[in-house]
Amino acid sequence: MTAVVQAKGLSKRYGNSLALDNVNFDIEPGRIVGLVGPNGAGKTTALKAILGLAEFDGQLSVLGLDPRTHRTELMQQVCFIADVAVLPRWLRVGDAVDFVGGVHPRFSREKCARLLARTKIKPTQRVRELSKGMIVQLHLALVMAIDAKLLVLDEPTLGLDILYRKEFYNNLLGDYFDEQKTILVTTHQIEEIEHILTDLLFIKEGRIVLDATMEDVSERFAEVMVNPDKADAARALKPLYERQIFGKSIFLFDGVDKTRLAVLGELSKPSVADLFVATMQGTYA
Amino acid sequence: MNTSSMNTITPMGKFLWQVKREFWEHRGGFFWTPLIIAAVMLAFMVMGLVTAEFTAHQHGIDINGIHLDQLASHLDAEAVAKFQGALDVGLITMGMPIRIALFVVVFFYALGALYNDRADRSVLFWKSLPLSDTQAVLSKVAAGLILAPALAVLGMIVLQLGFLVLFTLYAALHGINALPYLWSPTHLVAMWIKLAVLIPVNALWALPTMGWLLLCSSYARSKPFLWAVMLPIVTGVIISWMQLMQSFSLQSGWFWRHIVGRLLLSLIPESWVNLDSLRALDHAGADPSMALGNLLSFGAIADQFASPNFLIGVAAGTVMIAAAIWLRRMRVEAYA
Repeated sequence: MTAVVQAKGLSKRYGNSLALDNVNFDIEPGRIVGLVGPNGAGKTTALKAILGLAEFDGQLSVLGLDPRTHRTELMQQVCFIADVAVLPRWLRVGDAVDFVGGVHPRFSREKCARLLARTKIKPTQRVRELSKGMIVQLHLALVMAIDAKLLVLDEPTLGLDILYRKEFYNNLLGDYFDEQKTILVTTHQIEEIEHILTDLLFIKEGRIVLDATMEDVSERFAEVMVNPDKADAARALKPLYERQIFGKSIFLFDGVDKTRLAVLGELSKPSVADLFVATMQGTYA
Repeated sequence: MNTSSMNTITPMGKFLWQVKREFWEHRGGFFWTPLIIAAVMLAFMVMGLVTAEFTAHQHGIDINGIHLDQLASHLDAEAVAKFQGALDVGLITMGMPIRIALFVVVFFYALGALYNDRADRSVLFWKSLPLSDTQAVLSKVAAGLILAPALAVLGMIVLQLGFLVLFTLYAALHGINALPYLWSPTHLVAMWIKLAVLIPVNALWALPTMGWLLLCSSYARSKPFLWAVMLPIVTGVIISWMQLMQSFSLQSGWFWRHIVGRLLLSLIPESWVNLDSLRALDHAGADPSMALGNLLSFGAIADQFASPNFLIGVAAGTVMIAAAIWLRRMRVEAYA
């Protein structure tokens, strides 16, 4: 199968700063990809380029189309939820459903109604009368009712409480995602979604610093809790990152044979958050 | 794949949904404003009639229907025609407050049309749907230049009908049958057709203002009003000043009229009417009611299409709308 998103030498310059610096990556269909990076690393710029909302240099193909020139066609197959892409406050829920049904060829009114029936949202309500969590529920219902190939989520659950956040991803997995679909998501609450991700893309200062599947990640990376007497031996193996806890040291290794690590101490699988902190160290320094 | 989710969507269908969206957002300005103005004016008329009746009663003035009826029966056909011509003019000018409100509503509508959704970032929601920027902008042009004026005409018709009903009832109260004088179906329908025909004529005339306001709305990162209003006015002032200093050959009057006026005021309904000719007729001692009728005649409308002022305006408006569409595609930096 061909990649859903193919970026080759993707660059974007804002004045003097490079938001994206010659970035290459492929996103295969049927994956849930976490695009993770610190603030200002270029995540949003990459998403804007994919959505045809920004000019860029280099090559970028989304579903075989150039997003700059074929945005309207592309948006029949691509959906988008962003924390900042708010629904207009004057819009009525019922009108929103009618409108999307009127302009989107792949929208299912029945599915949208079914999804909204699970919430407290009423068709006569205006967006301004809804809470932040309900607005995201509405947006998600509208988007999930569209049979699209690529769903782009940019901090979709920012500012929501844990109940809404859990429900958001549960709905997405239970009622939306299948092997025909691809989800590209950015979030700072990475620990909440790491179990649903199939792929990780770490971006730092406009460059991709990690591009791996979750299986690769658990193969490559390991964490070891080491007693002080063996700490120097561990440091000799060039750990990616070291932190202290209860008088012991925790080392994070990339690509070191696990049998060698096992003699140093207790092995564990690093969380994506730990991996993120290790990879991004020095970003704000 | 879920087959039930495949809707048939036509480009025209998409366009109409977008016009509908504009209506939803601006229901108050487009729909309720003309109707409320009509209602308020009718309420004033009722109050006026009640006051007149009350005063007449107090001072013992007897409005005797019989006299008027006799008077009416003495009217010859020419006088009746004259009366109905005057009535037409009266009915058309009665809509003036609605026209002024329409100008204000559409002016600010256009100024915000491509700005407000960038300011509140809902533009990203609209852009997440398979809608082209060209259609998005053109749907706003259509909403401001066709839909809003059509609803204003509806408000004017409600006002006219309300007025006629009111005065028919008032006359009947005094024993006069006003039906043959006030209610001439052919006159009314002809007038409504005229009002409907004026909508596209006004729309074409208003294109430079619409284009300019949309361009500013699409361009401004903040305060589109300042760009739209201050830029032409400050330029005009500078040109007037230079002319004052006698260092510039261009007539400032020409600039004010053909640039500033056309960029800012062409949305005023029927502002293409040549007022000079009205004044000329006035000086010639012609019947002003006939003069106004002539100015809005189909002949006058046809003349407009041939005038360079009109055609250059249409071309300039089209170019500015195209520029607004281009900027609409580029300006999404609200998403940071």
